[in-house]
Amino acid sequence: MSRKTQVLVVGGGPAGLSAAVVAAQMGAKVLLVDDNPLLGGQLVKQTHRFFGSSARDAGIRGYAIAEKLCEDAAAVKKNLSILMNTSAVGFYGDTEAGILSPERYEPVSFERVIVCTGAVENSLNFENNDLPGVYGAGAVQTLMNVHGIRPGKKILMIGSGNIGLIVSYQLIQAGVEVVGLVEALPTIGGYLVHASKIRRLGVPIHTNHTIISANGVEKVKSATICRLDEKFQRVPNTELEIGCDCICLAVGLSPLIDLFQQGNCRMFFVPELGGLVPLLDVNMRTTNHRIYVAGDASGIEEATTAILGGRIAGACAYESIHGVDDKAQAIIADANEELKHLRSGSTGEKVRWGRDRLIKEIAVC
Amino acid sequence: MGLRIEEHPILSFKKGRKINFFFEGKNMEGFEGEPIAAALHAAGVRLLRHSPHKNRARGFFCAIGRCSSCMMEVDGEVNTMTCITPLTDGMQIKMQKGHGVIKP
Repeated sequence: MSRKTQVLVVGGGPAGLSAAVVAAQMGAKVLLVDDNPLLGGQLVKQTHRFFGSSARDAGIRGYAIAEKLCEDAAAVKKNLSILMNTSAVGFYGDTEAGILSPERYEPVSFERVIVCTGAVENSLNFENNDLPGVYGAGAVQTLMNVHGIRPGKKILMIGSGNIGLIVSYQLIQAGVEVVGLVEALPTIGGYLVHASKIRRLGVPIHTNHTIISANGVEKVKSATICRLDEKFQRVPNTELEIGCDCICLAVGLSPLIDLFQQGNCRMFFVPELGGLVPLLDVNMRTTNHRIYVAGDASGIEEATTAILGGRIAGACAYESIHGVDDKAQAIIADANEELKHLRSGSTGEKVRWGRDRLIKEIAVC
Repeated sequence: MGLRIEEHPILSFKKGRKINFFFEGKNMEGFEGEPIAAALHAAGVRLLRHSPHKNRARGFFCAIGRCSSCMMEVDGEVNTMTCITPLTDGMQIKMQKGHGVIKP
């Protein structure tokens, strides 16, 4: 059996769902595939309230945003088909992709594809970093917030970005003792409002420190950390062993880019966006003109900007098939205005700089 | 205190029915539909396999089916990603040796 659609969307997180909903609302026939059993991507495990913007999702918990997006998707089901537990495994020629579910493999022919594959968690180099009990921050959230299981009894958090801070707080809410938070930089990476919360609860924050080893036989028994100098070199004789049965790595994410590389999209390395990303223009279109991108796959940000990027990609993909449309133009203009607002200020500086580099680079290629 | 969260200030957890499964022949309890790796973790099992070349201990890492750290033999099928495969009644779960052998 083979399938045919106008717009194929890969990934049902905030970006993919938003892109699919907009394209389907406009009137395109859309097929969305996602390899998880649940729609919503990583939002389903986020229990904290989003800052968002006053116009969008401010003060709403992550999983509730996912529920809202799913309702939007259900309202346009006439034009939007969704396949869960299904991965997009590759492109064949310009207009065909292969999708794989537990039951079968099928080719899908499409006119445009919007790739919203998200990101993978980074690991960190230290001795025994593969010991059972060393988990990614996303894994800890999945286990704890989706399945209701604590990752352990005493946990050491590595990384003080927003994810490290938020997950530390969630761990405490779930009854896990957070024995410390380790940060290589001299200052806390995430928002102070999150840091204050866990500091008030008595969690020690070790800035200018790194983890040098996980210790234990076939499971984590403790971790050894040490001080770093201003050149990030280990300071001798500052080692400190901390007892814990879990180590959580919240050291950033990298865009999941296999499909872009396989689809011959030009890639570009932007450290501010998490590494290699596909070159994209203001319409979220890559250098392969049938492939659009939105969300963390286009550079690491957060769910609210992923939703807006997805709306732009959905509207632009629709227009590239059906021609310029007033409603689509209005969606794009609104989303761009909100994005500008969200990325303004000092917290958005790195992302602004990274996004500007991409736009400049695609202009000359 | 076990690892299962009984009370949470924000969340409530919908569980499937309680079922039995087997880890290395040992009878264990879990909930239908939860990932195999989650059920094992709640039952106190963290060591899921040993790596093929250096025989290093492996647990799960990403829990979303990306990193391949959690692959085990499930009902005879090797290289099953246990962090995303739902638990079913009577499942036979084994620690995989090396790359595993695909039975003809």
